[in-house]
Amino acid sequence: MFIVSFASILHAGEKEPYHIGCAFAITGKAAWLGEPERNTAVMIAEQINKAGGINGHELVLHIEDTQGSNTRAVNAIKKLIKKDNVCAVIGPSRSGTTLASIPVVQQAKVPMLSCAAAASITNPPEKREWVFKMGQNDSDAARRIYEHMQENGIEKVGVITGTTGFGDAGRTQLKNLKDEYGIEIVADETYAPGDTDMTAQLISIRKSGAQAVINWSIVPAQSIVPQNMDQLKMDIPLYQSHGFANIKYAESAGESAEGSIFPAGRIMAAKTVPADHPQKEVLISYKNAYESSYDDQVTTFGGHAYDAMHIIAKALEKVGDNPAKIKETIENMEFVGISGVFEFSENDHCGLDKTAFEMMTVKDGRFVVLDR
Amino acid sequence: MHAKDYIGFSILIGMVLVMPHLVGNDYYVGVLVFAAFNCLACIGLCLLMGYAGQISLGHGAFIAIGAYASGLLTTKMGWSPWTAMAAGAFLAMAIAFIVGIPTLRLKGHYLAMATLGFASIVHIVAVAAVDLTGGPAGVLGIPRIGLFGFSLDSDIQYYYFAWTAVVIGLYLAFNIIDSRIGRGLRAIHGSEDAASAAGVNTSVYKIQVFALSAVYASVSGSLYAYYVNYIDPGPFDVMHSILLVTMVAVGGLRHLWGAVIGALLLSLLPEMLSFAAAPLQAIGIEYKPDYDIIVYGTILLLIMLFLPEGLFAGLAAGCKSAWNLFKKILKGRPFVRE
Amino acid sequence: METGLITDLLQFLFMGIQRGAIYAMVAIGFNMIYNSTGIINFAQGEFVVLGGLMMVSLTMSLKLSLVFAFLMSVAFVTVVGILMERLTINPVRRPTVLRLIIITIAVSMLFKGSAMCFWGKGSHYMHHFTDAPPLEVMGATILPQSLWVIGILALVVIGYVMFFNWTMTGKCMRACAINRDAARLAGINDRRMVMLSFALSAAIGAVAGIIITPIIQMDYARGALLGLKGFGAAVIGGLGNSMGAVAAGLLLGIIEALSGGFISSHYMDAIALLVMLGVLFVRPGGLFGSSEEVRLKEF
Repeated sequence: MFIVSFASILHAGEKEPYHIGCAFAITGKAAWLGEPERNTAVMIAEQINKAGGINGHELVLHIEDTQGSNTRAVNAIKKLIKKDNVCAVIGPSRSGTTLASIPVVQQAKVPMLSCAAAASITNPPEKREWVFKMGQNDSDAARRIYEHMQENGIEKVGVITGTTGFGDAGRTQLKNLKDEYGIEIVADETYAPGDTDMTAQLISIRKSGAQAVINWSIVPAQSIVPQNMDQLKMDIPLYQSHGFANIKYAESAGESAEGSIFPAGRIMAAKTVPADHPQKEVLISYKNAYESSYDDQVTTFGGHAYDAMHIIAKALEKVGDNPAKIKETIENMEFVGISGVFEFSENDHCGLDKTAFEMMTVKDGRFVVLDR
Repeated sequence: MHAKDYIGFSILIGMVLVMPHLVGNDYYVGVLVFAAFNCLACIGLCLLMGYAGQISLGHGAFIAIGAYASGLLTTKMGWSPWTAMAAGAFLAMAIAFIVGIPTLRLKGHYLAMATLGFASIVHIVAVAAVDLTGGPAGVLGIPRIGLFGFSLDSDIQYYYFAWTAVVIGLYLAFNIIDSRIGRGLRAIHGSEDAASAAGVNTSVYKIQVFALSAVYASVSGSLYAYYVNYIDPGPFDVMHSILLVTMVAVGGLRHLWGAVIGALLLSLLPEMLSFAAAPLQAIGIEYKPDYDIIVYGTILLLIMLFLPEGLFAGLAAGCKSAWNLFKKILKGRPFVRE
Repeated sequence: METGLITDLLQFLFMGIQRGAIYAMVAIGFNMIYNSTGIINFAQGEFVVLGGLMMVSLTMSLKLSLVFAFLMSVAFVTVVGILMERLTINPVRRPTVLRLIIITIAVSMLFKGSAMCFWGKGSHYMHHFTDAPPLEVMGATILPQSLWVIGILALVVIGYVMFFNWTMTGKCMRACAINRDAARLAGINDRRMVMLSFALSAAIGAVAGIIITPIIQMDYARGALLGLKGFGAAVIGGLGNSMGAVAAGLLLGIIEALSGGFISSHYMDAIALLVMLGVLFVRPGGLFGSSEEVRLKEF
């Protein structure tokens, strides 16, 4: 919808600029995803152009707002590809909008780097040749939670999920993987994004004899679960999903969120990541750059846009702006990013595994990496 | 149909044929395809609201029923898209009868609430019945619909297909309002008690037109599913039902053409806004998509404040006074009152 | 820890009352405007959002005291409500119900967009009013904030009854609600009463927003969701009947909580809606409304 151009900064012009499309949920119900993604993309384009562009080519971003709606997303992706002639698309932000856009990019043969997480975005690979995804796999988050439970001798869990795409995907993964880890789901409850009290669901979980609760959601309502558990004096451990990785949720839940355990991308606790970790440097530099450019804290979602921008920039540097060549280059790329260490291949368009997650906890109102 | 409606049809068909050449880009063609879906649903809704005088805040549910029937029957049962669409329409009609019989006894806001409640229940089922509907993850890999053995793969082919459906739907709707049913409906709109006293079986007419409008919505949902090839509960929420009513009201309830114009305007408005962004940027105003909703609300507000009968009536009045002025100029007396 | 059926029941009741209190308060706001204009104000949910967001800004950013921030937020939203009536409802000549409803939808978009530009897109949280441990009643527990919600609902209801029965202005408003033309003939300035009803309705919306924000957090897009449930409560209670709205709101909340606890949390909202539709089919004028009266309304 608007074009970020830095032609004045850059005295290029001799070379054709490279056009990249972004389709984020900048407004609407998923605006909290699209906002940091847009900010990050703009920030990185600015950085690259200030440093002289890519091989002297200026980088031009075309940013569209999907409003989190499937229809708008399809239109936006078409506009980017057919009107703005971009060589690659970053986004959309949500799984639903991504899935709706897949037929468009498959037909147009332009690579799309989705910022969403659902497994079906990159599976089956033969039908997703042009689609990559930056978000960590939900299944890997579920694995990390179950592994931690195994180590601590927990076998019976009560699951409570939000009724959004994110919560539902988590619920599916938790059910799919439970046998592999010998876990029994003894209660399966949900709550709507507008709910104000989950005591009914939690009482069902308490009655089921669960040894732990898994709260999997991405909406603010999830902060009510730890508070209600406190209220009901349930002292079994609380596991949360990577959707909890938003410091505002922890602040809102206050004391009751202390000690809850959840997997998250390392950016959420960049400072407590060990110094010798390969991601440490990128994490700190992104965090500092973002937080000094915007009056906001870094999020994993902005991190997805960071990874996508840099992956495309690397490909552009190597092979120029031919979409087919960009796709091929990404398929052979290794990249140390915010969400993890990506290792793409022809059959793996996500490139991340469960090491992309770190188990974290809330300590004194902050996210810290859990000591093993 | 009146002579004026034939003129309207000629204009509509002419526009449909010319538009793709005018816009020239597949992207705009795609936008017009989505506008066609809204037009179809709004024509049905206009029959219900404008001619029978019954409000429905639940038509998103019928769109969902059409879309999900098409999506599920083609992907899980391997039905052909046409049969699946027919099945969806039939299902929507059946559900409209079942829901309509008790619901249409209600009036005004109570009817609005009941239809809204129905729409929410359908949406909740689409989200929660994961085994049936796929839940929030949706239904993937819905095929494109074909016509006489040709698959309608390109946007432009689908554009002609969708707008043909709109023209046919509109033609049928005009025929219905000129029939005995249509006269009965208008009598209900005037005064239900009077109509009923005059021997019009009001409740049967109301339910019939409710079912008919459900079929329109369902077909539009099916066409949506075949075009996007993916559905999830998102586009069928309660807000979409409200948006449809808004489209009909903005265009003008009292005429089917109003529904078409309202649906077109509100479907294309977001794209028009992004058109406006570039010239604004050129004169130094940075227009962010964030402002869309404010501009959208303002336009809606202005239309409702200044064109009480909707855009169509406003346009018609405007054309009429322009025509009168033109005649006066021909006579050489533009400033004389007649 | 095993608990008995009675304790669980009581716990669900607490949950239901807390949810229902919010629906009830939104529903009272709907009724207030319905009585004076005959329309449903689709921007009612936005009043709730604006109240909540303003309160967050005043207490969390400006660190004002709770009571002062409370009054300021309510005053702010009241002014917004008055402006809305003066600028968009009052100028409409020959109003039809549908037209006014679409106008309120348009206004709700304006509010939503402005709130987004001003407060941003994230959700905002604030601390609970009191920092006390949960209260225990026969094994069931209740959060102090829920007590605030219930207590303030009670205060609003008492204030409402006193205003409409004991003050002249309140009586004038009631007269307008019963028959606007007759009220005007009796010398009541009916347009003023419409403005007043928007002011009061906005104020009640703001109060609702302020007391639930500590529980659910607040973001600019939440209005529609809050509004729909409140609309349901207002209709089931019988439009225009505010005591009916309170009863229906609480009932709706309790049905949701019970079906969530005993049947299925996946379908708790759907079950509550089904019960609601059932009520409407049996009593087309709502629980406490008369169906004869409904027949005479123009819309």
